[in-house]
Amino acid sequence: MKTYALFPGCSLEKIALSYAQSAVESARLLGVEFKELADWNCCGATAYFHVDELLAYTLSARNLAQAERENLDVVAPCAACYKNMYFTNEYLKSDPDLAEHVNFALEEDGLHFSGKIAVRHLLELLAREVGPEQVRQRVTNPLEGLRVAPYYGCQIIRPRKANEDVEQPQFFEELLLAMGAVAVDYPYKLRCCSGSLLITSRHAALSLVRDLLQCAVDRQAAVIATACPLCQVNLECYQQQVNQEFGTDFSMPVMYFTQLLGLALGIPPKRLGIGSELVEATPVAPYADRVERAA
Amino acid sequence: MQAKLPFSQEISNLLYAAHGNPVQTCIQCGTCSATCPVADFMDYTPRRLIGMIRADMKDEVLDSNTFWFCASCYHCTVRCPKGIDIAGLMYGLKRYSMWHGHYQEGLIGPVFSEAFVKTIMGSGRSYEPVLAPSYMLSFNLREFLQEAQTATSLMLKGRLPVLPPRIRHLEEFKRMVERVIPLGRTS
Repeated sequence: MKTYALFPGCSLEKIALSYAQSAVESARLLGVEFKELADWNCCGATAYFHVDELLAYTLSARNLAQAERENLDVVAPCAACYKNMYFTNEYLKSDPDLAEHVNFALEEDGLHFSGKIAVRHLLELLAREVGPEQVRQRVTNPLEGLRVAPYYGCQIIRPRKANEDVEQPQFFEELLLAMGAVAVDYPYKLRCCSGSLLITSRHAALSLVRDLLQCAVDRQAAVIATACPLCQVNLECYQQQVNQEFGTDFSMPVMYFTQLLGLALGIPPKRLGIGSELVEATPVAPYADRVERAA
Repeated sequence: MQAKLPFSQEISNLLYAAHGNPVQTCIQCGTCSATCPVADFMDYTPRRLIGMIRADMKDEVLDSNTFWFCASCYHCTVRCPKGIDIAGLMYGLKRYSMWHGHYQEGLIGPVFSEAFVKTIMGSGRSYEPVLAPSYMLSFNLREFLQEAQTATSLMLKGRLPVLPPRIRHLEEFKRMVERVIPLGRTS
């Protein structure tokens, strides 16, 4: 059992609670234990960077320093939390002057950043480090025939970190295949969900969401799998508003990849937070029933 | 006395701080505009905006909605053949316009960012119900009702928080923030 510090982020406390539940449950069966970071604060989303860069780095560094104190690598399930923490970690390691400024502020909370831990996104951890092979061995309820669109979104993949493939990544697809599902070729898999534009530039955002849903329909996906609470909320909870705005009739379930993974691993749907969707997850019902019957 | 920096240089300096190439290296190829999913809704495309910055068209740039419509998806950044961090540039422009209080009237972006940061400074964590007035008040009636409907559905599914969360070390947290921005307290 390998232990990581889990940085849930504000969304996973409530609006994306099912993501937190399904992440913890699925990871445990794959030999990964999460310990919630003690007194974490908001990662800053995009808003801090609109106001002050040093403040943004300081707030992410406070979370990193707490994980360092526990001597645990940190895992973020949200793409924005992940991007902020990953790049804060890298910038502070490469810029001693910036680190000194940040550490001066951290002293107030008895913390210190030294750059000795790594930051990972949950999808990377499960799809790449645990890996499809280990997942395949643990699958007891393969999602045969379920057509899933792998939606990477933006900040898991971007900005570029080293020389990795930012145009055609495949690790999400490989994880879905390991679950026994069909990974749909989804051309918009890397396109933006509109992020916080749903609040600040509503019309533009709704049309971005419409395009993503239409693309999934065109590719005959039964469900879109996401790895970020903001993507999930934008694509699912705003689907009704898209329909009202554009006269469409989308009814596309949008689930966390960990919920699908959990089902494939034979975890009962309730423990994966299935049932709190606004767009009912009808296409996964047969697979969920199978787990319940077996239990 | 030293001459004042031209606008293009001011913005380039911001971009150095964000670990990107300066805008002066832009070859106006338009890859950013072709990649951007929001370009159709912007007053000027990203390529055009960079051209305007280089021409020191400060007022036109700051008065545009372009950078406030950037969702920070970094698609342009990873594709720029000159390695300019264009999403980082949009962040730089947002900060510049916030500091100078110079932005297009009626935009929700600047108001929301300020409300968000103040919420975090007060409690350490984000809380939707406190943030909602910063943007819902500028919605028209139809948008307001749609948003209220979505919120109601979420509440019925137990997906909205009832009580505002706060971190335990709030006093230490506030003192930490004061070491970065010594501007007094927000709550």
